[in-house]
Amino acid sequence: MLRLIALRLAMSVPVVLVVVTLVFLLVRLTGDPATVLAGDLASPEVIAAITAQLGLDKSLPHQYGIWIFDLLRGDFGVSIASHQSVIGEIVGRLEPTLVLATASIIVTVALAVPMGVIAARRHNSWADRLLMLFSVLGFSIPGFVLAYIFILCFSLWLDLLPVQGYVSPFDDPWGSLRHLVLPTLTLSVFFMSLIARVARASILEILSEDFVRTARAKGVPERVILWKHALRNAAIPIVTVIGIGIGMLISGVVVTESVFNLPGVGRLTIDAILARDYPVVQGVIIFFSLAYVSINLLIDIAYILIDPRIRY
Amino acid sequence: MKINAGLTGVLAGLGLLGSLGAPLQVSAQETTTLKVVGHAALKMLDPITTTAYITRNHGYFIYDTLFAVDANFEPQPQMVKEWSVSDDGMTYTFTLRDGLAFHDGAPVTAEDAVASVRRWAARDLTGIRMMKAAKEFVAVDDRTFRLVLAEPFGAVIDALAKPSSLVPFIMPKRIAETSPTEQIRDYIGSGPFRFVVDEFQPGVKAVYVRNEAYVPRDEPASGLAGGKIARVDRVEYLSFPDQQTAANALTKGEVDILENIYADTVGQLTGVDGVEVQKLKSSNVPTMRLNWLQPPFDNVKVRQAVLHAVSQTDFMDAQIGDPDLYTICGAMFGCGTPLATEDGAIQTAVTPDYAGAKALLKEAGYKGEKVVVLHPTDLASLSAVAPMTVQALRQIGMTVEMQSMDWATFLQRRNKKDPVDQGGWSVAYGSWNMLDLTSPLSNLNLDTRGPDGYVGWSADETLAGLKDAFAAASDPAEKKRLAAAIQARAYELVFYIPLGTYANVSAHRTGVDPLIDSPVQVYWGIAKH
Repeated sequence: MLRLIALRLAMSVPVVLVVVTLVFLLVRLTGDPATVLAGDLASPEVIAAITAQLGLDKSLPHQYGIWIFDLLRGDFGVSIASHQSVIGEIVGRLEPTLVLATASIIVTVALAVPMGVIAARRHNSWADRLLMLFSVLGFSIPGFVLAYIFILCFSLWLDLLPVQGYVSPFDDPWGSLRHLVLPTLTLSVFFMSLIARVARASILEILSEDFVRTARAKGVPERVILWKHALRNAAIPIVTVIGIGIGMLISGVVVTESVFNLPGVGRLTIDAILARDYPVVQGVIIFFSLAYVSINLLIDIAYILIDPRIRY
Repeated sequence: MKINAGLTGVLAGLGLLGSLGAPLQVSAQETTTLKVVGHAALKMLDPITTTAYITRNHGYFIYDTLFAVDANFEPQPQMVKEWSVSDDGMTYTFTLRDGLAFHDGAPVTAEDAVASVRRWAARDLTGIRMMKAAKEFVAVDDRTFRLVLAEPFGAVIDALAKPSSLVPFIMPKRIAETSPTEQIRDYIGSGPFRFVVDEFQPGVKAVYVRNEAYVPRDEPASGLAGGKIARVDRVEYLSFPDQQTAANALTKGEVDILENIYADTVGQLTGVDGVEVQKLKSSNVPTMRLNWLQPPFDNVKVRQAVLHAVSQTDFMDAQIGDPDLYTICGAMFGCGTPLATEDGAIQTAVTPDYAGAKALLKEAGYKGEKVVVLHPTDLASLSAVAPMTVQALRQIGMTVEMQSMDWATFLQRRNKKDPVDQGGWSVAYGSWNMLDLTSPLSNLNLDTRGPDGYVGWSADETLAGLKDAFAAASDPAEKKRLAAAIQARAYELVFYIPLGTYANVSAHRTGVDPLIDSPVQVYWGIAKH
C-alpha cells in the first residue's frame, strides 16, 4: 500500500508540472497584470515601469526558469495585487473552502447512497419515481440558479437563514452552521443526484445477478442481500462516481462561493484570473491539481479496500 | 401512521430550520460598525500607484489632503490653515493647520507634505505639469512650505485639491519617499479613520476604525471639504463578487450600505422595506475613443462621421435605461462643473444625423475598411455601448466587427497600436468618474502627445497650445474661455465622444444616514441610529 502511495505521488509531480506550465503560458497570453495594476488611466511609461518591476519584460523562458527555481525552493511568489505571499493568500482562504467541501461531501454521501439503495429496493414504486425525479431535477438545474432559488425561499421569503457570508466553526459553531446550510445544499444537490442514479443502477444490476438469485433461493433475508452482497459489489462504480463528484466539487465551489459571498479559494481563483495576478493563479492551480491527484489516490486505495482482488 | 410520521419529520425539520434562523442572543455592543459593500474588490492599497477608484476611496478613509473640492467643485483648504500667493503669481506659501498628526502619533510636518506631493506629482498628469513649471518646492519650517514657479502655472490650488485619480494624499515622509512605481507597505495616514492592517483580507474585507486623534475643520462637511467627523467606530469595507447577493444582503439587513448599484438593481431595491435608494452627486461618463493611428480613423472626416452617427440618448437608453438616472450633456468637462459648456457638441441631439454622417464618409473617401470595435463584456458600466456603436456604424454603411473580451484583456488590447488585422483596434471605450474629466489638464482624453500618449493617440498642436495657455491662466473668466475653445477644438477633431452622463446610485438601510453629497463616496459624517 505504501509503495502504491509513493508511486502515485511520484507520478503526480509531472502531472502537476504539465498543468501548471500550461497555466503559466495561458495566463500570459490573455492579459497584462501591469495594465490592470496601473489602472485604466495610466500612461504607457508607468505601465512599462511596472512591467519591468514585475519582471514581465523578460523573455518567457527566463520568467519560467525563475518561477520553477523559486517553486523548487518552496517559494510560490508574491501576489502582484496585494503584495502578500501566495501561500499566505491560499492558506488564508482555505478554511471556508475546506469547510464547505467537507460538509457537502458528508451530506452528499450520507443522503445519496441511501437514496440509490431505496430506489433500487423499491424499483418502479412511487418512492423510486420520486427519488429519480428529484435526481433528474437536481442534475439539470445549474448550481447558481438553485442557489438563488434557495436564497429566495429560505432567506428572503421565510427569513430562516442568512443570505450570505462565512462564519468560522471555530469562532461560532452555531453561526457557522446557519451560514453553511444553503451553500452546502446548493453544492450537494447536483452530486447527490448523480451518485443516487449511479448507485440505483449499479444495485439494480447486481440484484439481477445469479448469485443474488441463489442467495434468495437459500432463504437469505432481503436486507442482508441488499446491504451485504449487492451494495458491496456495486460499490466500485459508486466510489468512482463519488471520486469524480468530489473532483467536480472544486469547480462547483468557485460558483457557490461567489453566490454566497464566501471568502474561499474559489473566489480567490476568480479574482486572481480577472486581475491577471499570475503568481496567485499559478498557486491555486497547483493547489487544485494536488487536490485532484490526492482524490484519485484515495479512490484507488478505496478500490483495493473494497475489492482485494484489485492490484496495481 | 406513516403519513403522520413523515409529517412529524417535516415539522421537526422546519422547526430546526426555524431555530437556525432565529436571531442569536447577542450581548449589547458598544461599538458601532458600519458594513459597507464597496463598488469593487479592494486589493491594492497604494493610491498613488494605481488609478483604481476603489483604492482612491480607501485613500479617503485614511489620508487627508492639503486642499479639497467642496460640493460645488470649488477647492477649499483642508490640511492647510492659510496660504498666500505673491503678486506676480509665482510664489505660493502654505501653512499647515495646528494639531495634525499621523496615526502613529507623529505630527504632520511640511516635509511630509512636500515629499507626498512630489511622489504624487511623479505619476499624475496635472502634477507632472505643475512640477515642470516649478523652480523650488521646499519646506520652510515644520509647518510651512513653499512652491516657487519658474513659469506661470495657474492651477496650483486646483492640482493640490484634485479629488480623483490620482489624489495628492499626504503620507509620512518616510513612506512618501517610496518610488512612485513601487507600492507602499505602510498605511499610516492622518485621516479621520485608521486602517486595521491585521484584519485586511485582500479582495474580501478592509477594516477602518475611527481616528480619535483627528482634529476636523470647523466648517460643516461639503463635498470632500469641511469637517470630516467619523460618526461610527468602525467601518467594514466589504467586497461582494455578485451584486445580486449584495442586494439580497442589504434587503435582509446583513449589510448597511451598498456603495454603488447598477441601474437594474435600482428598480429591484426601490420600495423594499427597510431600504432607501439614493442618487449620488457622483456621476459617470462612458466615452468612445477612436484610433487615430490606423485607417479609417486616421482621417478626421471619418471621425466626424462617427460623431454625427452617435446619439447620447440611444447609448444611455441601451446602457442605463431609466431616463431619471442619466443626463444628455455634451460638456467634455462634466455637466454642472465650473468649466461645463456645450461648445462643439452635436451628439446630444435626440436623433443621430445619419445623413450627415454618410455625407462625411463619402467626402472622406471611405472605402469600406474594416472597423474593429472592442467590447468589454464583464464591466457592467460599459457592456452595452459596444453593441450600440456597431449598430450606429453599420447604419451609416461602415464595415464593422465587434470583438468581445473581459476587461483585463480589453485593457491590454487597447494598448496595441497595430493595424486591425494584426490585433489592433478602431473603437474602444473608457468609463470615467466625472471628476477625472473636469479640467483640461487632468482630462486624459484630451492628450495631444500622439503615439506617446493615451490610447487613441490623438495629437494636435493647436489644442496643446490652448492647454498650455489654460495652465498658465489664473483668471477664472479667461480659464473658462480657454476651456470652451479647447472643447470646440476637441470636438472638431473628435478627440473623444462623451456618450452621456449617468448618476451613481447607492442604497442603504433606513436608520443609516445617506452618503454625504460628495463626488466621491466617503464615510465620514455617517451615523447609524
